[in-house]
Amino acid sequence: MKKLKLATVWLDGCSGCHMSLLDIDTAIIALVRKVDIVYGPLVDAQEFPEEVDVTLVEGAVSTKEDVDKLQHIRQHTKLLVSLGDCAVTGNVSGLRNVVPVNKLLQRVYVEGADEGGCIPNQDLPQLAKFARPAQDFVKVDVCLPGCPPSSKIIAGFLNTAVEGRKPEANQKIKFG
Amino acid sequence: MKRITIEPVSRIEGHAKITIQLDDAGKVADTQFQVTQVRGFEKFTEGRPFYEMPGITSRICGICPISHQLASSKACDAIMSVRIPHTAQLLREIIHCGQIVQSHALSFFYLSAPDLLLGMDADPAVRNVVGVIEANPELARAGIELRKFGLLVIEGLAEERVHPSWIVPGGVKSPMTVQTRDRILAGIPQAMATTEKTLGIFKSTLDSFSEEIANFGSIPTMYAGLVDRAGNLQFYDGVVRFRSATGDIVHEGVSPERYSDYIGEATMRNSFMKAPFYKPLGYAQGSYRVGPLARLNVADALGTPRADAELQIFRQRFGRMAHSAFLYHYARLIEVLYALECLKILLLEPHVLDTHVRANAGVNALEGVGIVEAPRGTLIHHYKVDDNGAIVWANLIVSTGHNNRAIGDSVRQVSEHFIHGDHLEEGMLNRVSAVVRAYDPCLSCSTHAFGVPAVEISLVAPNGDLLDRLRSK
Repeated sequence: MKKLKLATVWLDGCSGCHMSLLDIDTAIIALVRKVDIVYGPLVDAQEFPEEVDVTLVEGAVSTKEDVDKLQHIRQHTKLLVSLGDCAVTGNVSGLRNVVPVNKLLQRVYVEGADEGGCIPNQDLPQLAKFARPAQDFVKVDVCLPGCPPSSKIIAGFLNTAVEGRKPEANQKIKFG
Repeated sequence: MKRITIEPVSRIEGHAKITIQLDDAGKVADTQFQVTQVRGFEKFTEGRPFYEMPGITSRICGICPISHQLASSKACDAIMSVRIPHTAQLLREIIHCGQIVQSHALSFFYLSAPDLLLGMDADPAVRNVVGVIEANPELARAGIELRKFGLLVIEGLAEERVHPSWIVPGGVKSPMTVQTRDRILAGIPQAMATTEKTLGIFKSTLDSFSEEIANFGSIPTMYAGLVDRAGNLQFYDGVVRFRSATGDIVHEGVSPERYSDYIGEATMRNSFMKAPFYKPLGYAQGSYRVGPLARLNVADALGTPRADAELQIFRQRFGRMAHSAFLYHYARLIEVLYALECLKILLLEPHVLDTHVRANAGVNALEGVGIVEAPRGTLIHHYKVDDNGAIVWANLIVSTGHNNRAIGDSVRQVSEHFIHGDHLEEGMLNRVSAVVRAYDPCLSCSTHAFGVPAVEISLVAPNGDLLDRLRSK
């Protein structure tokens, strides 16, 4: 049987959803017999592959770089999944949306410094005005909410994907 | 001048970029380590009720949420001016030990074992946790089980593994059941056996990494970490001791509420990660490191028999003050032993099953500081509130931040040693990434941000022509 090509991506999130993926524990040993992890923070692949079956996106979209990355991923992914509340709604990453970006940077890097006291801007991505969910920018095929989604939900979804079935709409999910 | 960029660095917890400048002779002239995201928790928490802070700041990091919840709740305890019940303190310490075990196991088995077991020059296509599973299934399984054991402690007490809401201002939400205690106790021998075995394997490979040990950020710096009155290592509570590179105690113990007299923060134009420094020595001289290696250097002893025996072996080999960042891996394994031994002692405490686990109070102080040793080092939460308990000001100094400049210096040292001329090899680039990995940096924490790792290195001629580019397949 051909292995499923799986990519995972972190945008503006805390990595908790990736941890929940690892929380399948030793089931990962069985999983990697059916799934190739072709891209993501856990492997050393440097470029997003041309054709990926499933991509799990964790985190909100917070910079222009995030948008570019997400659009590139969309073009090369059959099934794009928003993994966790930040990707689905913006969640805690979106709490900053009530604060103007310059005020936020001013507080952290100027008022919050004993030395230097400048806003970092040399060769760095610029923070967008808002942290927004993935579906504001690309078509999302599946949403797995939760902060984080439980490892059971993630494993359950991956199993349906491996078998080429559609994810069941009646599975137990929760936000937060 | 030629420029090499590694962006982003892989198998680390966060989004970073490394730039290496070569001079005309092909030697390293300059290096930069940059962190490329920011989230702004200090600002957007203004106006929120203080008791929400453990839940919100937990979302800074999905790897060590428990550490944030603990530091945050300790700051809230101070705002409420309560001394939490003895049993609550025991339970917080127990869950913290679980956190140390799971986080260190993640760093060692999932992120760094590919370099350590398969080799720095191994094919990047297999140089990952799946490669480790294939090469040494027994060890991989044991490592996964060890992480799972740490999480069993967390899940057993707090019901969830990531971002539970059990640690609260004033203590913890619910007592421990006898079943939970017994289940954790029953798992300790296996976890100890795995750790001892891994430590043995790691020690037996040390000779083959002598070049890395000598050149992986082998830089004398000051160190900081929490100790108790006896000078032993503490993860949950204590004072911050600073020790010099030569082993002298620079400050015996800074109490949490006075941290800002001793720790300053510098902003750098090219990174979203701030650089803390030891204020009495100023920015230029005040660089220090935190985390597992720093803790072993700072403490007089660990305070449990097995861990102290290993600490003695470690010090016999590398001296009283060990400076190579490569040894963070070694220190991490010794700390797992320590955490497991502590866990057993704590679980057998006479009052550990008592049901008084939470103190209730309103706002009784307008300011509070909480400090813990997170897996990656000293973590500081500092809040100010108004009379209604709404946050008016917050500051967070997180573990990896303290190591900011040391990581930068380590990248430079590794680059100078391993990168020559205008031809690039993948193994060179992986070593530069691996020194960052040795610190197990949580860049998610340090900028309260997170990102996507991958690696690209390019050599650019002075006129901007691309001389060479290296990417893994």
